[in-house]
Amino acid sequence: MRFVFSPPADEAAGLLTLPFGVPLEQWEDERLVEIRQRGLSRHVVRFVAEGGELYALKALSERLARREYRLLRALAELNVPAVEVVGIVVDRGPDLDAILVTRFLEYSTTYRALFSSPRVGQPTDRLLDALVELLVRLHLSGFFWGDCSLSNTLFRYDAGTLGAYLVDAETSEQHPVLTDGQRNWDVELAVERVSGELMDLQAGELLPDDIDPLETGEEIQHRYEALWEELTREETLRPQEQRHRIAKRLRRLNDLGFDADELELISTPEGSQLRIRTKVAEAGQHSAQLFRQTGITADEHQARRLLNDIASFHGYLEQKSHAPVSETVAAHRWLEEVYDPVVEAIPIRLRGRLAPPEIFHEILEHRWYLSEQAGRDVGTTAAANSYFETVLPTVPDPLTPGTDDTGEFSRILGP
Amino acid sequence: MAPVSLEKINKVYENGFHAVKDLSVNIADGEFMVLVGPSGCGKTTALRMVAGLEDITSGTLLIGGKEANDETPKQRDIAMVFQNYALYPHMTVADNIGFALKLRKLPKDQLRAKVNEAAEILGLTDWLDRKPGQLSGGQRQRVAMGRAIVREPSVFLMDEPLSNLDAKLRVQMRAEVQRIQRRIGVSTIYVTHDQVEAMTMGDRVTVLREGVLQQVDTPQVLYDNPDNIFVAAFIGSPSMNLYDATLGADARSLKLGSQEVDLPESVLLARPALRGYSGKKVVAGLRPEHLPAEADNATGPKLVGDVELIEALGSEQVVHFTIDANRVLAEGAVDKDEAAAVKHGEGVARIGAKIPVKVGDKITFAVSIEDMKFFDEATGLAIRG
Repeated sequence: MRFVFSPPADEAAGLLTLPFGVPLEQWEDERLVEIRQRGLSRHVVRFVAEGGELYALKALSERLARREYRLLRALAELNVPAVEVVGIVVDRGPDLDAILVTRFLEYSTTYRALFSSPRVGQPTDRLLDALVELLVRLHLSGFFWGDCSLSNTLFRYDAGTLGAYLVDAETSEQHPVLTDGQRNWDVELAVERVSGELMDLQAGELLPDDIDPLETGEEIQHRYEALWEELTREETLRPQEQRHRIAKRLRRLNDLGFDADELELISTPEGSQLRIRTKVAEAGQHSAQLFRQTGITADEHQARRLLNDIASFHGYLEQKSHAPVSETVAAHRWLEEVYDPVVEAIPIRLRGRLAPPEIFHEILEHRWYLSEQAGRDVGTTAAANSYFETVLPTVPDPLTPGTDDTGEFSRILGP
Repeated sequence: MAPVSLEKINKVYENGFHAVKDLSVNIADGEFMVLVGPSGCGKTTALRMVAGLEDITSGTLLIGGKEANDETPKQRDIAMVFQNYALYPHMTVADNIGFALKLRKLPKDQLRAKVNEAAEILGLTDWLDRKPGQLSGGQRQRVAMGRAIVREPSVFLMDEPLSNLDAKLRVQMRAEVQRIQRRIGVSTIYVTHDQVEAMTMGDRVTVLREGVLQQVDTPQVLYDNPDNIFVAAFIGSPSMNLYDATLGADARSLKLGSQEVDLPESVLLARPALRGYSGKKVVAGLRPEHLPAEADNATGPKLVGDVELIEALGSEQVVHFTIDANRVLAEGAVDKDEAAAVKHGEGVARIGAKIPVKVGDKITFAVSIEDMKFFDEATGLAIRG
């Protein structure tokens, strides 16, 4: 047996003691964990908790496993949202497939879980936007997915929106640039797969009545075309409007969650032809700024929200002290006096349902809602208590069994 | 249904890599054409150009007699079969087959008729109301194929569709795919690296190497009359035995290492060009079945080899032997590991199951000389007319 993994993966060393000489479907190891409402999979996939981390193990031919390992690493280098690959296990014994090991995405959820327990209205719109954004990012980076579907995607709440992460790259291909034919084919496959998956939920009476699987599937095409056009269209600018139009275009790009990598202006008799090369990686500037200031890891929209709260707290501190307060001090005090107390107050039985920055964002939303009702600012503490009593309990349990006080996953045996 | 023509098709990538070179192939209406060759030979690129996934650098692609170079995959009316199929667990087999037609908003009665027709072809009629969980592996594959059939495309394109199946199911599905394709008669282009799959499935087979067409013909012609050393070595399992040899001054004998084999007049009559090689080096080829043991009461010029290994298959024995002639290995026709394992002068023969032979013996073959193939040493081309 050979375990090929990409360092650092120290904690994954514990995986070496798993029964790799036995077919994956027959494993009875106590570290096996069950995931609720998984998507559809052509292969045997099992989940293992080891060293406080959760891993997904997929059995497939060595050729495909090596390919997927390589592609997932390439996606990680490009910073495209995808599951993190840990390694592959090959040479397991006669007639045994290779196993691809990926790290389970924390606080993620599946389309089936989203539809079965919708929060804040139906998830369709946010889900499609997230999936289309992911597909566009892949295409911008020269990746052909080949199997864009809801089952092959995990979703994570990000301050009211959803972020999509590629889970399965088995059929993907990496090219320097995709042809229109490849892009169109990928979108066509996505429309077909998503419609099929929603029809399947409908057949299982798991889809709300007001969602039409076919219309929803077709919507992918429209949204994809609109976003692709928005990101890649070339426009002619007259000299006097050049600066303003470029700024406007860049702002629009940022609003869509993208950054410009390179701008090219080509002189033509009609004016300047503007060509924009979009950065493939997630914009991420707010996440980076929040991390720098507070050490909190958050998704982009969450980070923006938290930064706004820090800014507002900063203003409050300056007003109170009648003196300038540095950004660093404000962020430090916000963390100590506002954020940490809220996160520490999350009842233990409700932990793990949402990422702490998402909970904080929802508490801010809740605070606004309660304050509107009361006609005055109710404050974060009161809002948090109300949120823990009335809102968080309605959030579905995590896909994985809860962690106990020691951070260990509950054990579930058998397939 | 539509014929497909590739006329002098080229694919050159931006980095200058010339993946397909002047490829011209005609696939007749309803024909099952297999593209085969080793990894990197351009077969998948060629298929993807037909599918519209790769731009064609130069040349013309005709589908149904109409130029399709600039058409989108959708406009080409093709179906990619089996690629990463997903069966939906809550939907019946009928719904799993017909859901793509629902996407096209086909009226229900027409949809049902097409699904029933496909199910009948696929032998799934009795299973239409079941759920996929109740199907065997083979039946699940047939459901996936049903999805492509109900679309009634002009052309099926299949890129190594069976490569992920286990060996048993793969053999079963080869026959199944072939049977279904014959029944519905849709022009099909099937890519594989497996020459056994190519030979057992294709009406005709296109052999490619490094982007260049080597030969296109029926499996039997490729086997019996390969145009060059590459095709001779690539097609057939075990491979053709290819040796450096020298023709006698009058072309009536052939020197293989230290042994000499007489060539009867009939061999020269069938290959007049061979006389031009009198006294020159050639490459001589013999299929394993054309080296029967003399002890099998076979007649023909004698060739003696040292037995290295015996595979007893019950119905016959596959004997690995060596002679003191240089074995020719066509580059790319066998994989590198396999080529490295071939000993100097090694060959393979099929002999009767009852012939007493053991490792270390000397074995005398009666060469089926009329079946011997001759190739130009420099160009690798077959020496025939």
